[in-house]
Amino acid sequence: MTAWGDPTLRTVLLGAGLLGLLSGALGCFAVLRRQSLLGDALAHASLPGVCLAFLAGSALGIDPKHPLLLLAGALATAWIGMLLILGIARTTRLKQDAAIGIVLSVLFGIGIALLTYILKNVGGANRAGLDKFLFGQAASLLPRDLQVMAVLGLVVFATLFLLFKQFQVLSFDPAYAASLGMPVRRLEVLLTSLLVIAVVVGLQTVGVVLMAAMIVTPAAAARQWTDRLGRMVLLAGLLGAAAGVLGATISSLRSRLPTGPVVVLCATAILGVSLLFAPRRGLLWAALRRARNRRRVRVENLLKDLWRLGEGDGSFDAVRALSDLRAVRGAGRPDVVRAWRDGLVRLEGTGVRLTAEGAERAGRVVRNHRLWELYLSRRLDLPDDHLHRDAEEMEHALDHEVWEEIDAALGRPRADPHGRPIPRGSPL
Amino acid sequence: MSDGAIIVLTGALAAVACALPGCWLVLRGMSLLGDAISHAVLPGIVLAFFVSGSVASLPVLIGAGAMGLFTVFLIETLHRTRRVKEDASIAVVFPALFAIGVLLIAQYTHGQKDLDQDCVLYGEIAFAPLRTLALGGFQVARPTLVLGVVALANLLFVLLLYKELKISTFDSALAATVGLAPALVHYLLMGIVSITTVASFESIGAILVVAFLIVPPAAAHLLTHRISRMLPLACFLGAGSAAAGYAVASAVDASIAGCMAGAMGVVFLFAWVFAPRDGLLSRLLSLRTMRERVIGALLVERLLRAPAPLPRLAEGLAWAPQRLARTLALLRARGFVEGPDAQLRPTHEGIAFARSVAE
Repeated sequence: MTAWGDPTLRTVLLGAGLLGLLSGALGCFAVLRRQSLLGDALAHASLPGVCLAFLAGSALGIDPKHPLLLLAGALATAWIGMLLILGIARTTRLKQDAAIGIVLSVLFGIGIALLTYILKNVGGANRAGLDKFLFGQAASLLPRDLQVMAVLGLVVFATLFLLFKQFQVLSFDPAYAASLGMPVRRLEVLLTSLLVIAVVVGLQTVGVVLMAAMIVTPAAAARQWTDRLGRMVLLAGLLGAAAGVLGATISSLRSRLPTGPVVVLCATAILGVSLLFAPRRGLLWAALRRARNRRRVRVENLLKDLWRLGEGDGSFDAVRALSDLRAVRGAGRPDVVRAWRDGLVRLEGTGVRLTAEGAERAGRVVRNHRLWELYLSRRLDLPDDHLHRDAEEMEHALDHEVWEEIDAALGRPRADPHGRPIPRGSPL
Repeated sequence: MSDGAIIVLTGALAAVACALPGCWLVLRGMSLLGDAISHAVLPGIVLAFFVSGSVASLPVLIGAGAMGLFTVFLIETLHRTRRVKEDASIAVVFPALFAIGVLLIAQYTHGQKDLDQDCVLYGEIAFAPLRTLALGGFQVARPTLVLGVVALANLLFVLLLYKELKISTFDSALAATVGLAPALVHYLLMGIVSITTVASFESIGAILVVAFLIVPPAAAHLLTHRISRMLPLACFLGAGSAAAGYAVASAVDASIAGCMAGAMGVVFLFAWVFAPRDGLLSRLLSLRTMRERVIGALLVERLLRAPAPLPRLAEGLAWAPQRLARTLALLRARGFVEGPDAQLRPTHEGIAFARSVAE
């Protein structure tokens, strides 16, 4: 691959992938603990730290853009930000969301003031590139940045691996964790510190403004595919890495495409696909299931109409005109075709007739309806005029075994509360 | 008017325009929805800019207002699928929309002075005096005029819908019962927040507007318990911070909007520490909670019945030493007990206090 042969591009891709891996994995805990926006606040709060570190580096005569220096600054102010959020939420009437908003916007404002001050007042070629921390420019990654990122990533993953059980309990049930004697406060602080590291690692690639998405979006996407935390963390890491690599690649293809927004849009696309197509939770499958269910209910209502007409004049296999069927009068003609295709009715001229299979199914639906009316009337003492509406829905629900149990529990009755017979077996 | 005065006026108008809807955001626990909207209107601004060639025209205001409502709708829809929780929905939706806006700007408005990446981040309020508009023979600064109109509109909004806003904020069930349509009020407020964000955009940018929306109202909230006072107080604190921020920015030559946001942070910090009733300091110095009052009264009563030096006093009580020391310090500060540790005795005020608690 030619891209791999280019050392600059290799650095960029590795950096973006590593960032996605870290923020995706740690984001799972933030999402589960309903602290999605804490990452956003921490990212914004790290900007003044980066600027202060740069100023300190310039003043002391050390390389002001050394990743470790900037990292230390970012960690410091992100930490202060976190403590301020906790302090405001605990000691005032303001809620946590206001605390997050205040800390995020004020520290970012101070960061912007410092950044503009540096750009206007501090000389040297070094200051260029500092503004890349805002929207990210993966192309500005250097091999030494990558080394720092890799070491930090290793630390984060080792901690995550060693304390996985504790973090798991903490995320789902902090009260239970406390009752087990876990040091809940210290674990929370540790987990948030790991998040700060992930945020700081992402600063150069994605930038402070959009880091929130790199923490939350891969985790939200991974959640669609699995119910187990271990798998979710791994998957979120992989999806985040995929978004990072894909975004960095696209952004390097054209000029004036800042990496951060492209990476975020890749992650959002991954989330979109996951929301729609993930097995079981996918919205598409859910919509299909609902549509199929609605069709089944309509077909069963059609069969029920045929059964009622049969009850009226005693001939269950007579041909009925479509206009006599209530279920067909709306937009139900496709349902007739469906019932015919499933072998439930035969088409005769302009009318339909129940097949043996259709009659059995119709009998079952009518039986369910009347059993439920009887059940409500006997067990819940509902008056007779309150039974029908509920039964109209229940007759299509519940499975065979449950209906058998209800039937047995009522003593296999012969008639419903209105005195109509409860059908058993096919009349054909 | 001097350029500096125009800049301060513009910042103060932005602060007032933002604080009026911002108070309701803070009270409703929707501060972060304001954050989300202010980011998410960006693509709306950019698209409208392509159409109209300006970032502060009426179509842009209306278009971005619609975009803000769309954002809220999108967040609520995503949340309603029950696949993503509410806070995560916010954190997923607004960066995506913001990213689209940033990419559009990076790709298509290269070299345009009215709309570039810096402008998104912190606007450029220093240009306010340069962006003039002829109005009835006078040259008027356009951003100042736009923000003034929006501030006035927001004031009208709050005054006209004061009752509706108040009831739907504190008891949305009651609001629905008496026919006030809390959902409509909610979306109206979101629309106002969007329009205000857009109006402030070219002066203070899409991100710092959050500080203008939330911080002065939050500080005012700590200083008073009444909305009727919180609203004007928030406007006043916001406008004052804008002026102070400008002074700092001119002194050190940094982003004016950034310094204004920083000044708001300082104001908030002061309110947090020094608020008369709820501030950290007054909490530290007051017998405020029921528990503190009862413990204090117990101690006074004990001294009254059997005056004893401090070490003996501690013996009979199963309290932690810090609690004893703290309560004693509070009682001393209020003048309820007097004398050195060896000869503590309650004062008349202290005895009255203990009686009042006992009753």
